[in-house]
Amino acid sequence: MMRNLLIESIGVQNWTYILVGLTFAIYIGIAIWSRAASTKDFYVAGGGVSPLANGMATAADWMSAASFISMAGIISFAGYDGAVYLMGWTGGYVLLALLLAPYLRKFGKFTVPDFIGDRYYSRVARFVAVLCALLVSFTYVAGQMRGVGIVFSRFLEVDINTGVIIGMLIVLFYAVLGGMKGITYTQVAQYCVLIFAFMVPAIFISIQMTGNPIPQLGFGDTLSNGSGAYLLDKLDGLSSELGFAEYTEGSKSAIDVFAITLALMIGTAGLPHVIVRFFTVKQVKDARKSAGIALFLIVILYTTAPAVAAFARTNLIETVSNKPYASVPDWFTKWEETKLISFTDKNDDGNIQYVKGDAYLKNEDGKFDFSKPNFANANELYVDRDIMVLANPEIAQLPNWVIALVAAGGLAAALSTAAGLLLVISSSVSHDLIKKIIKPSISENGELVAARLSAIGAVCVAGYFGINPPGFVAAVVALAFGLAAASFFPAIILGIFYKRMNKEGAIAGMVVGITAMLLYMIKYKLGWFDEMLPDKSEWWFGISPEGFGTIAMILNFIVSIVIMKFTSEPPKEVQDIVENIRIPSGSGEATH
Amino acid sequence: MSKTKNAKAYWRENIKYVLVLLFIWFLVSFGAGILFKDQLNTIRFAGFKLGFWFAQQGSMYVFVILIFIYVRIMNKLDKKYGYDA
Repeated sequence: MMRNLLIESIGVQNWTYILVGLTFAIYIGIAIWSRAASTKDFYVAGGGVSPLANGMATAADWMSAASFISMAGIISFAGYDGAVYLMGWTGGYVLLALLLAPYLRKFGKFTVPDFIGDRYYSRVARFVAVLCALLVSFTYVAGQMRGVGIVFSRFLEVDINTGVIIGMLIVLFYAVLGGMKGITYTQVAQYCVLIFAFMVPAIFISIQMTGNPIPQLGFGDTLSNGSGAYLLDKLDGLSSELGFAEYTEGSKSAIDVFAITLALMIGTAGLPHVIVRFFTVKQVKDARKSAGIALFLIVILYTTAPAVAAFARTNLIETVSNKPYASVPDWFTKWEETKLISFTDKNDDGNIQYVKGDAYLKNEDGKFDFSKPNFANANELYVDRDIMVLANPEIAQLPNWVIALVAAGGLAAALSTAAGLLLVISSSVSHDLIKKIIKPSISENGELVAARLSAIGAVCVAGYFGINPPGFVAAVVALAFGLAAASFFPAIILGIFYKRMNKEGAIAGMVVGITAMLLYMIKYKLGWFDEMLPDKSEWWFGISPEGFGTIAMILNFIVSIVIMKFTSEPPKEVQDIVENIRIPSGSGEATH
Repeated sequence: MSKTKNAKAYWRENIKYVLVLLFIWFLVSFGAGILFKDQLNTIRFAGFKLGFWFAQQGSMYVFVILIFIYVRIMNKLDKKYGYDA
């Protein structure tokens, strides 16, 4: 009793300081213990990481602030259509395990441009690959730094920019000191923090809604309110009653769902910060196994998220729909202050009408103006999708420490991904550009210094974009996958499975693929070519910019193969490399 | 068996397994979760419509199982061809 009182009296804010402070101390301690002594430590963590540790690190690297905070919210509003993220961001690991990881590990170098440069015996190919890696990683990391800032500002009541700077300092510390080795072991700790923080509230809510402690099963169970109705039937019913699409049906066309899922899967398999993780294990068979472990650990969160989405959606509708505004619960008022939820009484009846449509009009910058209700529809409620995870513990009336745990988890997710990306950027610069192209005579120590300096440079650039986000960053992050799918994936696959593929074909394919993706993105996502953003009806084959990576990848394959047919075959030693990487034994250690 | 012959046979078997596994990968995600979703949605188990379940749950479980099957098969294959050293 005494103890309970003590725990209650600490309060959310102090719990957050305690838990976040504790986890940060752990990350920094690990970074000091595992600092890098050689370039091999810095790029591939010494090459001796166990499959389990690598699997955990890959999972933390992979799951960003977007997976942790936003994904359940997106699914909650998109219903069935949310499956593109679930299948897209997990299915890629099957491709990675079966088609890439074992062979790249056997090849035994440090980076993806290393593979492209050696396999296609060409500095031009290496250079094109470096540019693609930088483009993909920078679009992705800018969003992450912003994510770090937002998480800090929401939970620690600091300004977003201060949050970005705190995040920069922490990442700077362990990425610069520890390199891949430091990052790998902090990511192991970060995985534990983030999965615990995601599962605890999910289990509580599942029990509350359905009486089933396993969210994945509660998802398909009956409601615990005694009605005997299935949760999903109830949700379908509520959705159509309020004019939304039926939750389990969705509203995107099948071809677009198909294209987006495929682009995300292939993009996942082509992302340099994911691929390099498989350079860090000892042998080829460890690379296969750790891909399996990583996916298993990711799927724990990814199968829970859609359940959380359905619980939160049902809970939200039942709590607010047609209820008097005067009697809303505390969490509603609290999140109203931060504008994550907002109510405007269009018909002055004092009740909340929550139906299909935008409650407010948008400003020129595309953001909602909360002083301008949109009278074109009857909807009176604006709900930010992030609230589905952030406010979940409060909606379910969980204890304060659980609310603080969500903050620590969100930070772990954002920091681990940012660090992984920064490492790819710094090794692209110090290894692929400086060591392999500009100054091959650089010493081991010189390269290690260059690696640390590029990490510092990369953190500063990422921090700058986090503080001054260009308007297009948010729109572009999702497209990093399309860029990766359109550039690396075909070049790597053909490099392994098609001995005859030569440098002319691969270079042409990468250039055409990434250019096609960029142009489509600029035209249909950013709208820079026209006065206004072109309408959906103009999309090629009805495929959205997010799904266009699939088309650009197919283009890359076709161009590569056609050009190859008209040019000479690769030299004998390169064909021998290909023969060699197909055999798992004698993988040796990663070398320059 | 000569060294290159051995390597060729190993590669052929590997490709065969990969193709079978990728076929299943395609079937559960793009097949059951997207292309045949509407037909499968007429079947129900517990509170789920089957197509929806494949899209938001089932396909992901199968992905994990596929990788672990591949790990087992390849470890055996490595042994068979003496590549497990």
